[in-house]
Amino acid sequence: MIKSSRRVFTRWITGVFAALWTGMASYPFFRYLISGTQKKQAGAELVTSISMGKVDDFIPGSAKNFKFGSAPALLVRSEEGEFYAYNAICTHLGCTVQYSDEKKKIWCACHGGVYDTVSGKNLAGPPPKPLKALSVEVNEGEIIVSRA
Amino acid sequence: MSSVDYGEKFYSWLDERVGISGLIKVAEKKEVPVHKQSMWYYMGGIAMVLLAIQGLTGILLMVYYVPEISSAHSSVLFINTQIDFGWFVRSLHSWAANILIFILFVHMFSAYFMKAYRKPREITWFSGMALLVICFAFGFTGYLLPWDEIAFFATKIGLDIAAKTPFIGATLADMLRGGSEIGQGTISRFFLIHVILLPIALVAVAGIHLLLVQLHGMSEPESFKKAKKKKYEKFVPDFLVKDFMVWLFFFNIVAAVVALFPWGLGPEADPFAPAPAGIKPEWYFLAMFQFLKLLPPHIGPFEGEILGLMFFGVLALILLVAPIVDTGKNKFISKCFDIYGILFTIGFLGFTVWGILD
Repeated sequence: MIKSSRRVFTRWITGVFAALWTGMASYPFFRYLISGTQKKQAGAELVTSISMGKVDDFIPGSAKNFKFGSAPALLVRSEEGEFYAYNAICTHLGCTVQYSDEKKKIWCACHGGVYDTVSGKNLAGPPPKPLKALSVEVNEGEIIVSRA
Repeated sequence: MSSVDYGEKFYSWLDERVGISGLIKVAEKKEVPVHKQSMWYYMGGIAMVLLAIQGLTGILLMVYYVPEISSAHSSVLFINTQIDFGWFVRSLHSWAANILIFILFVHMFSAYFMKAYRKPREITWFSGMALLVICFAFGFTGYLLPWDEIAFFATKIGLDIAAKTPFIGATLADMLRGGSEIGQGTISRFFLIHVILLPIALVAVAGIHLLLVQLHGMSEPESFKKAKKKKYEKFVPDFLVKDFMVWLFFFNIVAAVVALFPWGLGPEADPFAPAPAGIKPEWYFLAMFQFLKLLPPHIGPFEGEILGLMFFGVLALILLVAPIVDTGKNKFISKCFDIYGILFTIGFLGFTVWGILD
């Protein structure tokens, strides 16, 4: 009985030390991998607004995909002549959306998600949420897109 | 105890599917001789652990390293200064590489002096020599990648030495260099060789080496063969547990060395700057470097350097052919190889120390 419990104890203590050692030895490698991802994202958040050129460059019913910080974005001029900008990441599985001339709606080519041009609301297909909106201002004929 | 032993349950589940107990039965039969020189049996295992460290840290370094001429140095600097434990991973890779070369020398010479290369272990010896060459190639190609001053000149000198090989040398050096000058072409080629070609070669040759060691078992030195009372211990678990303890101890020592003396990074390579004063190769090339310095530019009709390099070639060749010449049938030849080994070791150590002090 004594022999058996001593063996069990030794096994346990060896296991505990092995686990502690493994944890200690793996910690630097875990931090090594994770710290690079955190550093890259920090730099990307700095962009707050961007100039998209002159109003006259966009005819009503047209759009342009562009880079906003590290993320893709979409500027749309509706048929009525109003400007709208969105974070162009589909809320379904993260594809980049585009403006469809045919549908007159924002559309995702990956799984056919459709969003409203004016509100960014998800209208059809699998997207669960509306697109994240950016704010658009027109200042003396120049279009400025900034974080909402 | 009434609790179910889950470990045993899992073992029998696995055994029914992959026949693990058959392998264990084979392993249990394996025995290791116990004698005064038993400590040398651990060297191969230590080399294996160091290679595993190289594989792991090499993969981790590739996460951030950029093999492009204007980014290579800054990406290593980024690893060293910006990434958590980046200095540790990079230092571990450099330190373990150097310690590995040292352990391989010890492993090779312990096998040499114990005459472990004799029948039936000739191919084990040849594959071991091939592994040493592969590790040298790892060292040479990896040395360039941080693209610092010393890396640049070490590669330049190394490739110029390779170019001196008769007939094929110049073409070979150009192929490795990717042109007449060291640049992006060299970095791309060395990176490819370092992370793809050499690892494949290493796994293949190390596989053969290990398989042969399992097939023949541990070599027994002459003194042990003649002994009246021979002592053996079981490989599983006795030797394996000790092996494991040695690995663990060794890994901790390496980690401590890395933490206390992190590996540095020189200024970025400038192909148009002069070589820095006091530039020296890595310690394992130092003996050759010091010896070549002694030679005059010309010896008779030959270039001194080429003769020196051919001399090193002959020295290495004698080590390589040891199993073919020293079969154990002739006592005189056996003695000659002993003396050669001693002279080689003394010469190597002497020139290395001289090179360090010089």
